[in-house]
Amino acid sequence: MRWIQSIARRIFGLFVDDGSFAVAILVWLGLAMAGVPRTAVGAQWAGAALFAGLAVILIENVLRFARRRMK
Amino acid sequence: MGTTLVASFLASLVECVEALTVVLAVGSVRGWRSTLGGAAAALGVLAGIVAVLGPMLTRIPLHGLTRIPFHMVQLVVGAMILLFGMRWLRKAILRSAGLIPLHDEVAAFAKRAAAIREVEASVAQLPRNAHSWDKIAFGAAFNVTMIEGTEVVFIVIAFGAGGAGLLLPASLGAVAALLVVAGLGFALHRPLARVPENTLKFLAGVVMCAFGTFWAGEGAGVAWPDGDLAIVWLIAAYLGVALALVPLCRANANAVLVED
Repeated sequence: MRWIQSIARRIFGLFVDDGSFAVAILVWLGLAMAGVPRTAVGAQWAGAALFAGLAVILIENVLRFARRRMK
Repeated sequence: MGTTLVASFLASLVECVEALTVVLAVGSVRGWRSTLGGAAAALGVLAGIVAVLGPMLTRIPLHGLTRIPFHMVQLVVGAMILLFGMRWLRKAILRSAGLIPLHDEVAAFAKRAAAIREVEASVAQLPRNAHSWDKIAFGAAFNVTMIEGTEVVFIVIAFGAGGAGLLLPASLGAVAALLVVAGLGFALHRPLARVPENTLKFLAGVVMCAFGTFWAGEGAGVAWPDGDLAIVWLIAAYLGVALALVPLCRANANAVLVED
């Protein structure tokens, strides 16, 4: 049974390393899901906005880690 | 289809290299028969899981066996790939910037071999029949192959569930990775220390982020310009952001050091 627990932990770890990072991604996707059908912006801008939000989440998290690591 | 195959190959390659290191460490200490038996048994179990889950997944969007709308499948699969890919990309950026240590296969091999020797020493007083299966070797090899293999199965399912006909290239990519790593391990009999694991994680992370964003976007109702070609633009965009982040991270860390 221990290997099943170990696998379950590893599977969870596949998606979540830094909790706030994972939550931010899911929240942004949730906002996209709720917002895209209601917005009147062009389709290409919805895609660009989705990418931009995810890129900002990545940039913020990595730079925050860099600052925290060196303190 | 080609992108799915390459993405699945790259992502699976990293997991296979990690499994090979442990299998080699166990085999070199405890002998090869039980070690390879354990790895083969785990591969058999994993093949069974793929055989059961694969056809189920292909039926969800194609034949409407469930009431789950296809855009929800795309959204969930996209979100999972995105979480997976973003995690890899984040780690690869931090490793490239020197903020966390690179994964060292030789060190991992030595650590595993030492751990197996410790277990061996503790059970040395027990009688061992040369013809019977070595439970320690079998169990250790089964365990690691099962764990890393489950991750590969997830990679295949995640890439394969995104659209019709993608499960085959995703599976072929994973099988190719397994064959390449097993072949190299068989020929070299030592850990694949020269495999640029971080570069592979960096590239696989970029591709997975692009796929995840594309599918999650489709599920959310985004109509991507240029259709599937948008994946290529997303790959380029994520690669640009990630490459720019490496020196930015170093500069940020240095700035903190100077402030202190």
